[in-house]
Amino acid sequence: MTVLVDRATRVVVQGITGHQGTVHARQMREFGTSVVAGVTPGKGGSAVEGVPVYDAVQEAVDATGANASCIFVPAPFAKDALIEAVDAGIRLAVVVTEHIPFHDMLVMYHYARGKGARIIGPNCPGIASPGNSKVGIIPNVVFRPGRVGVISRSGTLTYEIVNGIKEVGLGQSTCIGLGGDPVVGTSFVDALPFFESDPDTDALVMVGEIGGTAEEDGAEFIHQHFSKPVVAYIAGRSAPPGKRMGHAGAIITRGKGTAESKVAALEAAGVEVARFPYEIPAMVAEAARRGRR
Amino acid sequence: MVKLAEWQGKQVFRKYGVPLPRGEVARSPAEAESLVRAGRVPLPCVIKAQVLAGGRGKGGAVRFANTAEEARAAAEAILGLEFKGEKVRAVLLEEKLPIGRELYVSLTLDRTRRLPLLMTSAKGGVEIESVADAEIVRQTVDPFPGLAGYEKRRAAKTLGLSGGPARSLDHLLDALWKVFQEEDAELLEINPLAVVGDGLVALDAKVVIEDDAAFRHPEFAEVRDDRTELEEIAREKEIAFVQLDGNIGVIANGAGLTMATLDVLKELGGAPGVFLDLGGTDDPKKVTEAFLLMARAKPASVFLNIFGGVTRCDTVARGLVEAMRQVPAAERFPLIARIRGNNEKEGIEILRSAGVTSVPDLRASAQAAVDAARSSP
Repeated sequence: MTVLVDRATRVVVQGITGHQGTVHARQMREFGTSVVAGVTPGKGGSAVEGVPVYDAVQEAVDATGANASCIFVPAPFAKDALIEAVDAGIRLAVVVTEHIPFHDMLVMYHYARGKGARIIGPNCPGIASPGNSKVGIIPNVVFRPGRVGVISRSGTLTYEIVNGIKEVGLGQSTCIGLGGDPVVGTSFVDALPFFESDPDTDALVMVGEIGGTAEEDGAEFIHQHFSKPVVAYIAGRSAPPGKRMGHAGAIITRGKGTAESKVAALEAAGVEVARFPYEIPAMVAEAARRGRR
Repeated sequence: MVKLAEWQGKQVFRKYGVPLPRGEVARSPAEAESLVRAGRVPLPCVIKAQVLAGGRGKGGAVRFANTAEEARAAAEAILGLEFKGEKVRAVLLEEKLPIGRELYVSLTLDRTRRLPLLMTSAKGGVEIESVADAEIVRQTVDPFPGLAGYEKRRAAKTLGLSGGPARSLDHLLDALWKVFQEEDAELLEINPLAVVGDGLVALDAKVVIEDDAAFRHPEFAEVRDDRTELEEIAREKEIAFVQLDGNIGVIANGAGLTMATLDVLKELGGAPGVFLDLGGTDDPKKVTEAFLLMARAKPASVFLNIFGGVTRCDTVARGLVEAMRQVPAAERFPLIARIRGNNEKEGIEILRSAGVTSVPDLRASAQAAVDAARSSP
């Protein structure tokens, strides 16, 4: 069993004729993903890296049975691309595109949710399960099949940490990069239940960042519902407090959102928090050996 | 984020029909006086410094005037101020209104619920952080139907409004909701929102527009933020560049890895001075530009920490070597590199040929950067 993606995942790449779309379609294939179609309006009938290109997602789905989408289209058109995917029956959409206005993402999130579709991202590296499937842009070289799950709000820091896990001789069950935008399709709280019920995951690594309260919310969930050992890292302990304008944000979070608050919440939930990324591999190896939290 | 000054925020509000005092902006004492003399600002009036920081009233940055001469004097006093590190370049002159109760209204984003959040409080006119949670009413708003009638009625009721002021609130909230959506705002805040006679008037305006939506709002492009000169150049080149107080330059890719790098340097006793996030790029020219920008910040040492994904190691190495060629010998700085990930071998080879060794261990390479900064003149 895997989390959200498996060998039956059939990917359509929206924006496949762009540079990033082309490069990552190839790398997904090299990972073992079934990349069955690409979509770029106006380029239907062509092919990229041997993948047939269609004008519309519905055409791609009808012709190839695609059931997941990886979206690379530029920010001004990302909302439209997502709605098209959801309307074509896609139920998992990984949105790699960065700089999507959060007002657009609010619409995307609630639209997808209403139709029973899940978004990972935006501004995210995607999801990968070594030996099964990858939808997104995480470099193939960092992976090795194994039993450590990873949920992260970061991009490159995720690669760094996943690679570290490999270098100590462990491997990953599934790795999800949630993206660091203010509004994300899948949060820690949304992703944690998948790893709790995944028999192939023995231990979990959670990578957070300062800002927002997603880590605090995740800690609360772990405390109540998560039985496996968790090792966490929070980036930004040394970051200077941002210059603020207006006070509404401070009222919503009421002292949460800082590195201290996140570390305290996680530790209170029984999570071991690494001070530095290079401490994680040894900590998760030890946690996996020990078993329960 | 694009933070608008009060007068700019009020300009946006006016466009959508939010009730405001009559007022004008002045950039000199003479202009202030002539605006009053011409009757464009009724007397008595209030003169407010146009700065982004709060606490203007207590800080002497808000004054009152009963005559055109007094308005001139007040403007003169305020325009010379440096308020909380910000030079006052403009004042807003507004009619002084007979104020009743002072309320608080804001619209922002609730990231956890992934919904817009309307907050109202009858305790306006003071810093909202000092108001007890129980006295703030929070209502999330679904973006699809938009702000509903019952939500506005609930806001009016909890603010203790009825009759004219309640009707005024109904219109005002509709207008705010429109501003929030159509102008891609991430924060709209009115504090205080005053009861004046039979209606409401927004006495202050905080408007923050989301950066990512800038492509839909070219009209805000002129609004300068509180960036340094180099930060402004970086912004034009689409490089994330932030200046801090220390002396070690950090070049990394991705916000998370950049922050983690700063954390490690700090822990090892270093003081990061500038950080630069390359983001995702596969253009060596952009890397070169980033390095040249870093050189202008005159760091004592530079730590390059890259994990290659979209940004490939060989791209970074190429851009770096080109930049080193362009930086005059006198302005060079010790460079400690750590490049991992996609095309790692090629990148390391390119660096080696330019005399730079990549240290694969994060702790060891960070330590080297700290040591180099310490022994730098």
